[in-house]
Amino acid sequence: MSGRDSMQQPLVKPIDVAALRRDFPVLDLKVKDKPLIFLDNAASSQMPKQVIERWVKYRSAQHANIHRAVHYLSETATAEYEAARRKVQAFLNAREERECIFTSGTTDGINLVAHGYGRKFFAAGDEIILTTLEHHSNIVPWQMVAEEKGAKIRVVPVNDRGELLVDEYRKLFSRNTRFVAMTHVSNALGTINPVKEMVAIAHEHGVPVLVDGAQAAPHLKVDVQDLDCDFYAFSGHKVCGPTGIGVLYGKAALLEKMQPFKGGGDMILSVTFDKTTYAQIPAKFEAGTPPIGEAITLGAALDYLSGIGLDRIAAHETDLLDYATDRFNRLPGVRLIGTAEKKAAVLSFAVEGVHPHDVGSLLNDDGVAIRTGHHCAQPVMQRFKVPATCRASFAFYNTTDEVDALVASIGRVQKLFA
Amino acid sequence: MDSRALYQEMILEHNKKPRNWGMLADATHKAEGLNPLCGDHIHLSLKLNGGQVEAVGFEGEACAICKASASMMTVAVKGKSRTDAELMVQEFRDMTTGKLDTHAPHHLGRLTVFAGVSDLPTRVKCAILPWHTLHAAFAGSDTASTE
Ligand SMILES: Cc1ncc(COP(=O)(O)O)c(C=O)c1O
Repeated sequence: MSGRDSMQQPLVKPIDVAALRRDFPVLDLKVKDKPLIFLDNAASSQMPKQVIERWVKYRSAQHANIHRAVHYLSETATAEYEAARRKVQAFLNAREERECIFTSGTTDGINLVAHGYGRKFFAAGDEIILTTLEHHSNIVPWQMVAEEKGAKIRVVPVNDRGELLVDEYRKLFSRNTRFVAMTHVSNALGTINPVKEMVAIAHEHGVPVLVDGAQAAPHLKVDVQDLDCDFYAFSGHKVCGPTGIGVLYGKAALLEKMQPFKGGGDMILSVTFDKTTYAQIPAKFEAGTPPIGEAITLGAALDYLSGIGLDRIAAHETDLLDYATDRFNRLPGVRLIGTAEKKAAVLSFAVEGVHPHDVGSLLNDDGVAIRTGHHCAQPVMQRFKVPATCRASFAFYNTTDEVDALVASIGRVQKLFA
Repeated sequence: MDSRALYQEMILEHNKKPRNWGMLADATHKAEGLNPLCGDHIHLSLKLNGGQVEAVGFEGEACAICKASASMMTVAVKGKSRTDAELMVQEFRDMTTGKLDTHAPHHLGRLTVFAGVSDLPTRVKCAILPWHTLHAAFAGSDTASTE
């Protein structure tokens, strides 16, 4: 089903899950007198104490506005903020740090490109390629510019396992194709898309590609130079960092051609009432006082993940996914939705005869947190003809015992509804 | 409160075998209810005759709480006057938001099995949706009947 051949030797040293779990205060929480089993990591993952401590340190000893004053606190905050940018650069393997823009999250990053690139360069009759697997945040901003410019949206279909049809994607290109926006990993199904191959195809047609990395950044090693994508967006709160912060990577040459998304302080070189000259990147795209503490704390979160090693995280999560998939396949009355060959540790499922919302409520009685609903991916739900799914999404701190608890809890739901 | 406590026999039974399932061919009033958070989506049809709910039917895709609430609602309002049915809408709304004293006289009868949702904020909307839809169906008729 997923990832690796079980006969293959592990390529990486396994992580010590029990030790890592001790870094996460929230994992000691009891819900209804039962230990919290947190399987909603695709929505937001939890924060380890190293990251929480970084937040407290900023708040207690480093808080000031940046890039403005000459006093000690402002200089410290500025230095830490820019150090966080270098951590992002290293995390994504970007060529230059100025290619890494702090945003408020993935949604913000995508809107930045739809506005800054799309509104400047799209014209009537142009075509934008999206995929069936997109989160609404990688659909709606494109629809908004498309509507404004008279451009059209074309959609890459998926097969019954939830894998993009690359041959169909190839056929979508025409003389009018101007942009491709696609997700790296599907939040609803877990499918890992062949981004590198799809970027190369787009580039054969001279078309830039934005990759929504919200679900990939926490779970696999991202190398934007290797992928050769033109833009890559992710969110802090899904990589064990805070909300209110995210990153947009963009190739410098493209970012320089684009128009700013927001106007204000910090994004200018000079202002008169006749003319404003914009600052260089990245400042050009960081108008106003940014979420400074959030950016610095995000830096600590990336350090934490890199310290463990994304390859080791991916290996553990693949093992968990294989274990969970096997257990689910042996559960009568439970159907997995999304069975791609290459998958991140996301299990979308339906329990026969029980609506997902009921499943979610009853699992919560057992302390098991999953997400139910359309996962902001209604086109995926339409493709698989379900109104909603139940989704368990795993992080590296989850265990096979927690998978067992999930399965047992589903069994109790089935018994109640029998 | 455990949500399990809400899934009582009566609710599970109505979820499995909803009463008055299916849209009326000769409906005088119709409305659609949607709860985007949960994905509940129901259609309700009524046949009003001289201010009386003569027939009522519903269908849709919904969680057990919503479906059972709709099913029991149709049973409860069938044969009632519009005024009495609207009073039940108000009482049901009050009950599920914890504002109705279920020990004082009321008109909800067995529908008090839903009283527990007032402790489950994420499920209140599921239980109320059919009642909102009923209210909308009545209101829609007002506009239509002025023609
Ligand atoms: C694939 C994907 N894209 C985009 C987003 C939006 O992220 P945010 O809400 O942090 O902007 C999410 C998260 O919900 C996601 O899973």
